[in-house]
Amino acid sequence: MKKYAYFPGCSLEKMALSYHDSALETTRTLGVELEELEDWNCCGATTYFHLDEILANTLVARNLAIAEKQGLDFVAPCSACYKNAYFTNKYIKEDAELAEHINYALEADHLQLSGDLTVHHLIEVFVDEIGTEEIKNKVSNSLNELRVAPYYGCQIVRPRKNGENVEDPQFFEELLAAMGADAIDFAYKTRCCGGSLLLTNRHAALAMIRLLLQNALDSGAEVIATTCPLCQVNLECYQTQVNEEFGTDYSVPILYFTQLLGLALGTSPKKLGFGKELISATPFLSKHLVKEAK
Amino acid sequence: MATRPTFRQEISNLLYSPHGDPFSNCIHCGTCSGTCPVVEFMDQTPRRLIGMINADMKEEVLACNTYWFCASCYHCTVRCPSNIDITGVMYAVKRYSIWHKTYSDDLVGPIFSETFMKTIARSGRSYEPILATSYLFGFGAKEFFQEVQGATKMMLKGRIPILPSKIKHLKNFQNMIKRIVFTEEEA
Repeated sequence: MKKYAYFPGCSLEKMALSYHDSALETTRTLGVELEELEDWNCCGATTYFHLDEILANTLVARNLAIAEKQGLDFVAPCSACYKNAYFTNKYIKEDAELAEHINYALEADHLQLSGDLTVHHLIEVFVDEIGTEEIKNKVSNSLNELRVAPYYGCQIVRPRKNGENVEDPQFFEELLAAMGADAIDFAYKTRCCGGSLLLTNRHAALAMIRLLLQNALDSGAEVIATTCPLCQVNLECYQTQVNEEFGTDYSVPILYFTQLLGLALGTSPKKLGFGKELISATPFLSKHLVKEAK
Repeated sequence: MATRPTFRQEISNLLYSPHGDPFSNCIHCGTCSGTCPVVEFMDQTPRRLIGMINADMKEEVLACNTYWFCASCYHCTVRCPSNIDITGVMYAVKRYSIWHKTYSDDLVGPIFSETFMKTIARSGRSYEPILATSYLFGFGAKEFFQEVQGATKMMLKGRIPILPSKIKHLKNFQNMIKRIVFTEEEA
């Protein structure tokens, strides 16, 4: 059983508990172990970098160094955590001066970072490490052409890392297809949800969310699947406010990709955190699932 | 004799060093402005902001809302034909404006960032109910009640933490922060 150092991040402690639960359930079913990183700290999301770049990288480096000490590769389910971890790791590896500076600070917590470990987003563990073929073989309750909008959001594909396709990535569609779902052609799939602008510039953020919801519906989506807790909260929990602001009538379920995967693997909805959503997906799911989930 | 750096040099000095001084590479194609999902809410488009930095228009750059309205989605960065990390530039101007306290009082962004940082330094983890105080009171009555209603629904679903969590090695963690902040002040 392959094991990873799993960095849940602050959102998954509570706000995105259903992501946390479904991530652990689905990886276990597929023979992968996510071991929670010992004593992790907040990675700063996008906001540390507003204040001080070196300090921001240091806070991220501490988590990476703990994983390195355990000899495990690093996995983050949140796109912002992932982007921070990926680039700090890369900078430490490539920039000896920065590495020295940050390692001096890490010594205060008896840690060191070489940057030799690999950083993955959780979805990469499924797509690249386990593989969609293997997943397809383990699907026992196909999603049976449920029309899902694969919402990548921004920081999972950007900035560019290694020449990959940032304009029209396909890995999310492939994963959804392996579950038996119909991944719709969603033009705004990598367009930003507004991120923390929801708190700092509400008007702009609500307009951004509205565009995404409308584009997903126009493209025939029954549910939107996300790979990031901030995207999930913005798209789901602020639909009421979008409706109030623009006189619309949206009621689109927003699920984590791991929740859909768990259903396809035959896991009971309760173990996947269903029941915590503000907009229920049950009407769509019961229409499509071949057999009642156990 | 040492000369005072220009505003443009000051901003490029705030970028991560391998990025160098990218401003003269800008060909003003406007791809960034055409890509930006927030552009219609900005005083100046990203392309114009880069032009203004290039022209050392310090007062005008700092007075506009463009960089605080950047959502850090990196769409402009991956499309820039001159390989300018435009999101990185927005971060640099944000830092400049926080350090020099030049931001206008009606912006929530800078206060939110500072509260966030203080929360982390205190406990090692983020905690939504404390963060909320940095933006809630800047809201109008309508937004305030919308936010409280939204939070109540989340609370009922068990999605808002009642108590902040804290890391175990908090003393070491705080010493680690001091090592960075202290050496930077010395330099």
